[in-house]
Amino acid sequence: MSDIVLFDAPGPVARARHRLLAAVGAVLVLAFLAFALYKLGEKGNLAADKWTPFFTASMWVDYLLPGLVNTLKAAAISVVLAGAFGLLFGIGRMSQIAPVRWLCTGVIELFRSIPVLVMMIAAFQYFTYNNVFVSDISPLAAVVTGLTLYNGSVIAELLRSGVSSLPSGQREAGLSIGLTPWQTLQRIQLPQAITAMLPALVGQLVVVLKDTALGNIVLYPELLTNYQRIGSNWSNIVPAMIVIAVIYIGINYTLTVIAGRVEQRMRRSHGGGGGAVTGGAAGPPSLAVETAVLEADEPRLGAR
Amino acid sequence: MGDLFAAYPIFGAFGVTLLLTFFSAIGATILGVVVVILRVSPVPLLQKLGALYVNIWRNTPLTLIIIAANIVMIVNLGFSFSESFSRDNLIWAVIALSVYHAAFVCEALRSGVNTVPAGQAEAARSLGLTFSQSLTLVLLPQAIRGAITPLGNTLIALTKNTTVATAIGVAEISGLQKTMMEDRPDLFVVIVLIVAVGFVVITLPMGLLTSHLSARLGVRR
Repeated sequence: MSDIVLFDAPGPVARARHRLLAAVGAVLVLAFLAFALYKLGEKGNLAADKWTPFFTASMWVDYLLPGLVNTLKAAAISVVLAGAFGLLFGIGRMSQIAPVRWLCTGVIELFRSIPVLVMMIAAFQYFTYNNVFVSDISPLAAVVTGLTLYNGSVIAELLRSGVSSLPSGQREAGLSIGLTPWQTLQRIQLPQAITAMLPALVGQLVVVLKDTALGNIVLYPELLTNYQRIGSNWSNIVPAMIVIAVIYIGINYTLTVIAGRVEQRMRRSHGGGGGAVTGGAAGPPSLAVETAVLEADEPRLGAR
Repeated sequence: MGDLFAAYPIFGAFGVTLLLTFFSAIGATILGVVVVILRVSPVPLLQKLGALYVNIWRNTPLTLIIIAANIVMIVNLGFSFSESFSRDNLIWAVIALSVYHAAFVCEALRSGVNTVPAGQAEAARSLGLTFSQSLTLVLLPQAIRGAITPLGNTLIALTKNTTVATAIGVAEISGLQKTMMEDRPDLFVVIVLIVAVGFVVITLPMGLLTSHLSARLGVRR
């Protein structure tokens, strides 16, 4: 439902009222910004020498870029592993063999209900105490373990909800032309479910990227961790945090926009006469998959 | 296992987790309702402000927000609520969690509004109901019922995210977990189990209650 149907097209009186509300809103926001700038300036955070270091090569080459590379590295490894984990356990959860199904359901539900940070701390302690890795790799391994277990479970669950919201005729058709249940899943149901999941998957990238910042707590030298080193070098810890926040918001906002584009594109292509794979029946059911997946899971996904 | 419970304040740490969850949930709900009102309001500027709020906080790592609450707000700007530094950190952790999750509460409520078919609003208007009448009598009752599942998911996420408060030294369970694991590496598995079971015990009822409520109250279409 588009928001516009909530109200009639405004008449002259309503327009005047809207202008007044907009003015009040603008004044409140400007007042807040002015207050924030005043407080920041009062403590000397706005002085030019706190900000000029961000225009030097050393700041970027020695601090910000290495941090960003570590952040992206942890995110990339986690995404690949979580994809594999999700595929494995997602399929396991739909297995015909009951014990396999129970085991996979248990694993998914367990890792979905434990906080990522708890898993990271446990993995970090386990790796360092048992000398699993060369010592300086332990933090990265801990971050990747936590992110993989959590996001892998979420992907498994997305996959299952994608498959289960396909029209039942898809499976029946596969079985009736003589495919085995596994072949039906692999050739007919999974491709459609994965396509329907695509926007939610891109959205999940934002979650992975944000959660790499938890690595700060297990001593992983990612982007956020460098605020302290920047702060002790140039004594500009508050500007450093602001710059780092802007970098995170820039990357994640771009990913959010891409997820939205993918979703719109899919909605359009399904709306206009159905996809190539599924023929005419694809339109409304696939839409139902998307909305079901998004509405059931997205807020939780987004929130971590 | 018994000596762990004797030597460490495990129940106290879970208590802090629950305390953070409780107050942050209240804060996030209040802020989230304000933001969603901005987002569905007829004033374009207010809609943009609501969207800006959601985009900023949803795309910032919670760890950064919580650390900034300590470094920027307490240490640098001196927004202090009490004499005690640890109490300040607790209060700012609640504020940071509220501000962050308000963006998700807003989106959950908006997805509830989106479950109401457009025809409902059109029908309400063609009956001659005013904006506030169609909102309070027709749309909101259905929207709130439609938002129960995502709101419950947000609450569960909030519960788990309270662990991040350990970054500024709030004495909740993940900080205690780290201490216990450093002191007693021999009891690693037991410690993991205690923390995991604790979170399952806290979040399971939330999940069951939400699915029960949304099955009971959800509007069939």
